[in-house]
Amino acid sequence: MKPLPVGEHGLLIELDTAEEVEALHAELLRRVAGGALPPPREIVPAARTVFLDGLDDPRGLLADIASWHIPPPTAADRPAIRIPVRYDGPDLADVAALWDVTPEEVVRLHSATEFHVAFCGFAPGFGYLTGLPEPLHVPRRDTPRTKVPVGSVALAGPYTGVYPRSSPGGWQLIGTTDTVLWDPRREPAALLAPGTRVRFVPQETTR
Amino acid sequence: MTDRAFSVVRAGALTTVQDLGRPGHAHLGVPRAGALDAPAHRLANRLVGNPGSAATLETTLTGCAVRVRTATTAAVTGAPCPVTVDGRPAPWGAPVRVPAGAVLDAGPATHGLRSYLAFAGGITTEPVLGSRAADLLSGLGPDPLAEDAVLPLGTPHGPPSTADAVPHPGPVAELLLPFLPGPRDDWFTDAGLRTLVTGRFRVSPAGNRIGLHTEGPPLERARPGELPSEGMPLGALQVPPNGLPVLFLHDHPTTGGYPVIGVVPERFLAPAAQAAPGTAVRFVRMR
Repeated sequence: MKPLPVGEHGLLIELDTAEEVEALHAELLRRVAGGALPPPREIVPAARTVFLDGLDDPRGLLADIASWHIPPPTAADRPAIRIPVRYDGPDLADVAALWDVTPEEVVRLHSATEFHVAFCGFAPGFGYLTGLPEPLHVPRRDTPRTKVPVGSVALAGPYTGVYPRSSPGGWQLIGTTDTVLWDPRREPAALLAPGTRVRFVPQETTR
Repeated sequence: MTDRAFSVVRAGALTTVQDLGRPGHAHLGVPRAGALDAPAHRLANRLVGNPGSAATLETTLTGCAVRVRTATTAAVTGAPCPVTVDGRPAPWGAPVRVPAGAVLDAGPATHGLRSYLAFAGGITTEPVLGSRAADLLSGLGPDPLAEDAVLPLGTPHGPPSTADAVPHPGPVAELLLPFLPGPRDDWFTDAGLRTLVTGRFRVSPAGNRIGLHTEGPPLERARPGELPSEGMPLGALQVPPNGLPVLFLHDHPTTGGYPVIGVVPERFLAPAAQAAPGTAVRFVRMR
C-alpha cells in the first residue's frame, strides 16, 4: 500500500491488486459507518487505487493507514443483483473467436461468472465489472462506435460494462438489457455502485 | 407552474443554471458541477437575500437576457458587464429591482468570462441528486438556456443585502495557479517539472466547464503510457499526451488515466473561471 497526498485535502492510496482495492474500499466504508473515520467528501475506488477527497486530516490518515488491519472482502456483506441479458450483441461472434469458443459458450461462460463492481466512471451509472479470468480478457474494438445503444452489455480488457445511456464507445458488444442502470429520480440512482455483486441471466433473444 | 418565473430572451453563448454542485457522488461517476466562480455565485445570492446554495445563472462571455413574470430583485456579479432593465442602465454588483414583464440584460463581459445572475428566491428547477447544477460532462441537471425557455423562481427568502460593497474586479493580466505537486509528479522529468513553473503558458480557447486548457511548452515525461484509471480531484493538473496541462474544473470526469502532475487547491480556482483565452498563466509551486 502506498498513500500519496493529493492537493490539500486528498489522498490517493495505491494498491497492488484489484482485490486489495476492494478490501480497502470495504474497510473505509466500515470505518465511516462505525464513526472511526470522519466521512470524506468522496471515496472513489478505481482499478488499482482508492482516492479520498475532502479529508479533515489527510496527513494523519496518511501516517495511520499503513498500520490498518484490512480483512479480505466477504461477498456476504455486499448487495447482489441479477441483470437479465439478451446475448444478441453485434460483437458476440468476434468475442467468441477471441475466446476460441462458440457464441453459445460465450453466453454460458459469461452468465456463469460472478461479477463485482470494481469501480464506476465514464458516465453516471457505468460500472466496471470484474470477474472474468485473464484468458477471457479482450481488447477494445479498433474503431470505436459513434453510438452504442443504451443497455448494451460490453467487454473490454478485464471488464464487463453496461452502457447506462446511448454514447460513443469502443467496447465489444455481446448483449442487451432492459434493466435501467441509471435513473436520477430513483433511489439509489445508480444500480451499480462499487462493491455490488452482479450476475447476468440469459434471456431469450427476441430479434 | 408558479407565476414566479422568467423566460429567456437572449440565451447567450452558454448560460447554465448553477449552485454549489453535487459533491459526494464521484464514486458513481457523477461530477461535482456547480458554479465555477463560487465566490461570485455566493455574492450574487447574498445581494438578493438568498442562501449561497440557491441556484443562479452562469453566463459565458456574451451574457444573457431574461424577462421576469413578476417583479423581482436580481443581482449580477462575476465578470463585470453592462446591466440594463428594459434598456435602462442598472448597477452591476448590487441588488436591482426588475418590474414585472421587464427584461434584465447582462451584457457581454467587459473582462473576465462568467457573470452570475441571482434572483430573489433562486431558480427552482427540479434538483437532481440534491443539486440544480447543470453538469455539461454527464448531462445532469437543466439543459443550457435556450431562447424562450421558462425557468421557475422560488419565494424570496428575505430582504436583499445592502451592506455589501462590491469591488469591481479589474482585468487580470496573469492567472496565478498555486499548486501542490503530485500525486503523479514522478511521471515527469525534473526538466518537465521545471517547465511547469518556468514556462510561459496561456489559456487556450479550447477550455470549458470541464477543464481550462493551456498552450505553452509541453512537459517532458519520465515515462510513457497511461495509468490504470484513478480518481481525479477538482483542481487536478492533468497532463494528456500532448504534454500541456489541463486544469480540471467542476464538470471534470471523476476518473482518468493521464498523470496528474499537481493539484490547485479549490480556494484558488475562482480566478481560473474568469481567465479568458490568451490570458497568461503562471504555475506556482506551493512547497
